[in-house]
Amino acid sequence: MIKQLLKGNHVIPGFGLTMGISVTMLSCFVLIPLASVLVYSLHLPASEYVRMISNDGVRNAFMTSISCSFLAAVINCVFGTILAWVLVRYQFTGKRLLNGVIELPFALPTAVAGITLSKLYSDTGLIGSVFAQWGISLAYTKIGLTIALVFVGIPFVVRSIQPVLEKLDPAYEEAGNMLGAAKTAIFFRIILPELRPAILTGFGLAFARGLGEYGSVIYIAGNSAKNHTQVVSYVIMQKLNYVDYAGAASIALGLLVIAFVTLFTINMIQIHQARRAS
Amino acid sequence: MKRNKTEMALIAVSMVFIVVMLIIPLISVIVNSLREGLSFYAAALTTDYVISALQITLLAAVIALAVNTFFGLLAAWTVTKFEFRGKHILTTLIDIPFSISPVIAGLAFIMTFGRMGWASEYVTALNSILGTDLQIVFAVPGVVLATIFVTFPFVFREIIPVLNARGNDEEEAAALMGAGGLTIFFRITLPQIRWALLYGVILCTARALGEFGAVSALSKARGATFTLPLEIDALYMSGQSDSITAAFAVSSLLVLLAVGVLLLRSFIEYKSERKRAL
Repeated sequence: MIKQLLKGNHVIPGFGLTMGISVTMLSCFVLIPLASVLVYSLHLPASEYVRMISNDGVRNAFMTSISCSFLAAVINCVFGTILAWVLVRYQFTGKRLLNGVIELPFALPTAVAGITLSKLYSDTGLIGSVFAQWGISLAYTKIGLTIALVFVGIPFVVRSIQPVLEKLDPAYEEAGNMLGAAKTAIFFRIILPELRPAILTGFGLAFARGLGEYGSVIYIAGNSAKNHTQVVSYVIMQKLNYVDYAGAASIALGLLVIAFVTLFTINMIQIHQARRAS
Repeated sequence: MKRNKTEMALIAVSMVFIVVMLIIPLISVIVNSLREGLSFYAAALTTDYVISALQITLLAAVIALAVNTFFGLLAAWTVTKFEFRGKHILTTLIDIPFSISPVIAGLAFIMTFGRMGWASEYVTALNSILGTDLQIVFAVPGVVLATIFVTFPFVFREIIPVLNARGNDEEEAAALMGAGGLTIFFRITLPQIRWALLYGVILCTARALGEFGAVSALSKARGATFTLPLEIDALYMSGQSDSITAAFAVSSLLVLLAVGVLLLRSFIEYKSERKRAL
């Protein structure tokens, strides 16, 4: 009893029971099904991977997903930082509404977002028709695809930065201010370095989400192999519909590896930065 | 209040971004759904396909909600009340469904329970013993499993920050005075987390009702195993203008739900801010 107290843990009952049930449920509903994909795809002959990599459609889909998700995540980092800044530092009417609406992409079903965006940005839609006058098509191009990914990713970035900005000690800014630093210098030299890990986390989450996104992009993307507007998840779904399970599993493994490497890299950068800071 | 130019500009940028990216799409769903008038709207919501889809969607959402709430509470209890090795790994594993393509989630269940999945022979064996004809993939159980998978971390994620912020002092005191686990949970922990739990439950429900990619891989029979998002997809993809309007009519139901989620979120935040201020 005393020993337990000194260690400060396991005073509260129920460790074994809750741990056991949690791990069992996690395994049954998430880990075992996912492991099936891994085991299946690792048992595929090497020729299957050669077939996948040498397929132009698959390569293009990976290029499209990666480049558009990357661009969308960068755009989200810029606007996400501005939004978080405005929400934390300024008082204005409509702020509560603005703050609430940020999470719309979490709450709105992806298919609904997909058909709405596709309609809005098509050449006859409210926003698309403005650009169509100048001969620019938005829907069914990579631009439309990127817009949909910006929609999906924005809450990840804002919600990563907001809490850090709220806790930021204003003393350094005030010091900078008193020493006569320009506003932009204060932002880029003092505030931005503090926000960098949070921005990076938001970037990683938005990028990873964008890579695997399906419902909100398939309508606006056009899914044309010729125009390189097929995304990876669309190609996996196509393979599934043709009962090409080997193809679907090998592409899925590729996507899982990229998502894992992204999140791992971002974790590493953050640990590195935290060490340097301390 | 006097504002400087930067402040005005940043607020303006934020407002334009939010209106163009989030609010216009939201309004456009409603406008599109009413294009053919109210009687068409009502008729579009009461077709046999939509009613069947609504039933399947609600069934999947209710089961997913029950499973994930139970899991979320137990897992959050394990992670916040006890210190143990591998805690970080456990939370990372629970978060997996957030960063995985929904299409891969669908693929995972095909790889497990599908014709060539390792678990299919057990399902067949179970069926021959019980004399039943239970199907998982391309049937309602598959839809339910996919829904559970994609919404798995939601309740857990929402209550973790509250539990971490409150600490374990009260629970430890109660445990030392001889209270049992269930008493501690219902008398101390539950009242602390009730708003976060409510929000997690609502967000989980919204996501469960709106899941598209994972369910789409596992459900192919319109009018039998289709959920509302799949019905929206079928209506939209048929391409005729009145069925596209019907797709938006069905979407408007899910939009109302999303708006409800956001309102509740704002309400909960407002309440907790007031509590902090008092």
